[in-house]
Amino acid sequence: MTSVEPTAHPAALSSAGSLAGSPADSPLVGSRVQRREDDRLLRGRGKYVADLVHGTLAAAFVRSPHASARVLDVDVTDAVDVEGLVAVYTYSDLVEADARDGTRVSQRLPLLVPHPDLSHGRTGYPLADGVVRHVGEPVAMVVATDRYVAEDVVDRVRVEYEPVPPVVGIEAARAGERQVHDDVPGNVAAHMVQATGDAPAAISAAPHVLELDLDVERSMSSPLEGRGVVARWDADDGSMRIWSATQTSTGVRAAVATKLALPLAKVECITPDVGGGFGVKIMHPWPEEVLVPWAARLLGHDVSWIEDRREHFISSAHERRQLQHVRVGFDDDGRILGLDVTLWHDNGAYTPYGIIVPIISSTQLLGPYKPGAYQVEFFSLYTNTVIVTPYRGAGRPQGVFAMERTIDAVAAELGLDRADVRAANLIQPDEFPYDQGLTFQDGRPLIYDSGDYPEMLRKIKALVGWDDFPAYREAARAEGRRVGIGLACYVEGTGVGPYEGAHVQVETSGRVNVSIGLTTQGQGHQTVFAQIAADTLGVRMEDVYVTSGDTRRFGYAVGTFASRAAVMSGNAVGLAATRVREKALRIAGDALEVDPGDLEIVDGVVRVVGAPATSIPLATVAVLSNPLRYAFDASAAAATQFAGGGSDDKPPIADDDEPGLEASDYYSPIRSTFASGMHAAIVETDPDTAEIRVLRYCVVHDCGTLVNPMIVEGQIHGGVAQGVGGALYEKVEYDENGQILNASFMDFLMPYATEVPRIETDHMETPSPLNPLGIKGAGEAGVIPGMAVFAAAVEDAEGIPIRRMPISPSELFALRESHAPSPP
Amino acid sequence: MSTEQQVAVRLVVNGAEYAVEVPVRRLLSDALRHDLGLTGTHVGCEHGVCGACTVLLDGTPVRSCLLLAASVDGQALTTVEGLARPGGEPHPVQRAFKECHGLQCGFCTPGFLTTVAAYLEEHPDPSEEEARDAVAGNLCRCTGYQNIVASVLRAAQITREPGRGGRA
Repeated sequence: MTSVEPTAHPAALSSAGSLAGSPADSPLVGSRVQRREDDRLLRGRGKYVADLVHGTLAAAFVRSPHASARVLDVDVTDAVDVEGLVAVYTYSDLVEADARDGTRVSQRLPLLVPHPDLSHGRTGYPLADGVVRHVGEPVAMVVATDRYVAEDVVDRVRVEYEPVPPVVGIEAARAGERQVHDDVPGNVAAHMVQATGDAPAAISAAPHVLELDLDVERSMSSPLEGRGVVARWDADDGSMRIWSATQTSTGVRAAVATKLALPLAKVECITPDVGGGFGVKIMHPWPEEVLVPWAARLLGHDVSWIEDRREHFISSAHERRQLQHVRVGFDDDGRILGLDVTLWHDNGAYTPYGIIVPIISSTQLLGPYKPGAYQVEFFSLYTNTVIVTPYRGAGRPQGVFAMERTIDAVAAELGLDRADVRAANLIQPDEFPYDQGLTFQDGRPLIYDSGDYPEMLRKIKALVGWDDFPAYREAARAEGRRVGIGLACYVEGTGVGPYEGAHVQVETSGRVNVSIGLTTQGQGHQTVFAQIAADTLGVRMEDVYVTSGDTRRFGYAVGTFASRAAVMSGNAVGLAATRVREKALRIAGDALEVDPGDLEIVDGVVRVVGAPATSIPLATVAVLSNPLRYAFDASAAAATQFAGGGSDDKPPIADDDEPGLEASDYYSPIRSTFASGMHAAIVETDPDTAEIRVLRYCVVHDCGTLVNPMIVEGQIHGGVAQGVGGALYEKVEYDENGQILNASFMDFLMPYATEVPRIETDHMETPSPLNPLGIKGAGEAGVIPGMAVFAAAVEDAEGIPIRRMPISPSELFALRESHAPSPP
Repeated sequence: MSTEQQVAVRLVVNGAEYAVEVPVRRLLSDALRHDLGLTGTHVGCEHGVCGACTVLLDGTPVRSCLLLAASVDGQALTTVEGLARPGGEPHPVQRAFKECHGLQCGFCTPGFLTTVAAYLEEHPDPSEEEARDAVAGNLCRCTGYQNIVASVLRAAQITREPGRGGRA
């Protein structure tokens, strides 16, 4: 679905030649190559899941209006005579169907990432089994001729609830007076402790000790496209085809096959164009991803469900909410001798994605620093709110907030420059690989592979003009203006395993098909993987066609998350293309009667190095790779049995060979690779209104080898915008009843162009030693230090400790009031 | 329940006329997408805030999710599918967004393209600040807007180049 086909229009969108194939001495990898996906998307020819609903029945859901309640009765009497209604399903229908058909749709949804410390993991059901635990939880499913009618029916389904006082907020969950789940004492889903060294002892012995209480609010991924599913049951073939706006087509496929008790071979999942993910779409299977295919089979008709914006707020996932307590012991230079952190993480009503987010917070908190001893403990707590699963950054923004606020507090306590205190704590370039002594989110040791943090600090200070700022601040202050500067550093584990793969195939036309298993939702995969394949194979980029997230084409994959696509699939494409290249050289060597070692491939032609006239097109090599009995065109005739060539006493395909000029390969790293970055922001706060204006935003970033700097910069810009949102605007506001008060774009304030500053970027390239291309991930980077850097800048402008994010003008105004000197 | 009341509507989209009969409550965005099959117009919020569904009504940007199909009977609509010239040559805005990497997932993009195309008709030489204001009614979650602002400026530049791109 997402393969790039040549545009039907005669004129390409770009000026001529911008996508021309590169000569061998000018690689595509590292170039600002324009994107291959853009022609379609700019002409309105993208195909998103909502564009595939023609001819389908439409589903809509009756969702709980209560945060916590027992479902006493579902009455459809008023609904059944709506013209256009096809079916209404409740939990009891799922139970009946399972008994009748051997399916598993009435069972709990899977717990995707189990962990020994997740002692009380709980997941929900596709439709509530008599209890609802957050506003928005699905209670009944309606299928009708179109979405308008389906919503009419939803309004006429009468559900009788017995509300139960909900648990809203970390404080209420921690108090444990009420429980979200009857069988989870104290609402504690998980309790985890990690330590390296004896932090409490180190803190006791330290010359200085500080304690901080920190607070991060809820936010959410909010892609412009919500979730959506289309399912097509082929009764003749007994097979299911699903289109889902997901970040993992292989995950959805396996989950649906399991729930519907279908052989994996009879289920395929295709991701069409996806309108942004940012984490929320890696969660799967959503109730709708199970129920829409289930209903399609039951009804013998294509069924679709396209989420609306309100549904996205109340039934998709949120993230970020944590309370944090930090104890730090340090010496006179600000060196951290002991760090003891406790996190209380709000995981919402269920834990289908396990405890990945707080694990990441608790480990990536350390950033580029090396405290003498570290201990971290977290409690993952149930609340009667929407589930919490990774949102871009996935726990890192909170961890970085804790660490960077701590360092700024240490600097303030000692009266030292904040950058100097950071410098005193940095891991040095000669200390890599650096073992932090903890276990990371992939279950592997937290060992940083490479980086140069002191150089990065030098660069960010130079870029933002750190050393000149105090003079500027004083000058501004003399004019009655308040300006402040902040600095925040992070290290991001990227490219987590277990693996990704790729298949590379050269057709007899010379067209190169690259298939990868993970999905794409705006990262330019059809461009960057074509760059890698074209360089490796020696073909023109316009001959390479990349397909992603289609299980029909590549069935083994994990998904697109954790800044892993370029690292994992990029290296897999490189490895598979290398195999194809080796095979091409072998076949061409036979045909040209030369040593394959003397051959090169340039612009799709295999030729002798230094004697380019002796050559054979790669297309012809593809013909020769597949011995034929039947010629389907003139070029194929060359591979038929009477065309000559080959030995009479050897089989046409050798024992250790296969037909076709194609190969698959996989990249599976021993552990994650660690990207890094430092951001600096300058803000101005209005002395009267407390409005916060961003004057400058600077980024220094190291993601190893840059495949396409234009795309990496775009990823950083988008991440920074989400960082601005998370720091200054975005907060999912729950009231004490568990109702979201701002479940619309009118009230949940995502930044527009006027809220996002111009971003100044400087790159470093410290290649990863862990993979052949030296790539580290870049997708999440931009958002990670956002809260920390703005808290620091506002604190610098105001002289008031900032401990809670996001911060709005009214919150800053209230902080000013509470810190104002009391009248004499 | 009784059958929904239908209404005959003449939709004039990208220069072509379509006679459709739709329920009276059909949103223009849904009529374009589902009745005419013009799925380039995207629906991001259905409450007029994100701007993804922006189309041009007699040349003026409007939110098609806030209009009923029946309310634009006979008026000239332009959607993203209608921005390119009849021969297929892209609109300067489309070229500029590609050159400047002004899109990532592409979902909000049609709304930006229609908005900017209309803006440049009236403001052929915007400053960077004006370009930023011009797109400040549309949400994008991918790009951070920096390259979109650059795309607006580049589109203006292409439009001004003699003999190139300009819609005359």
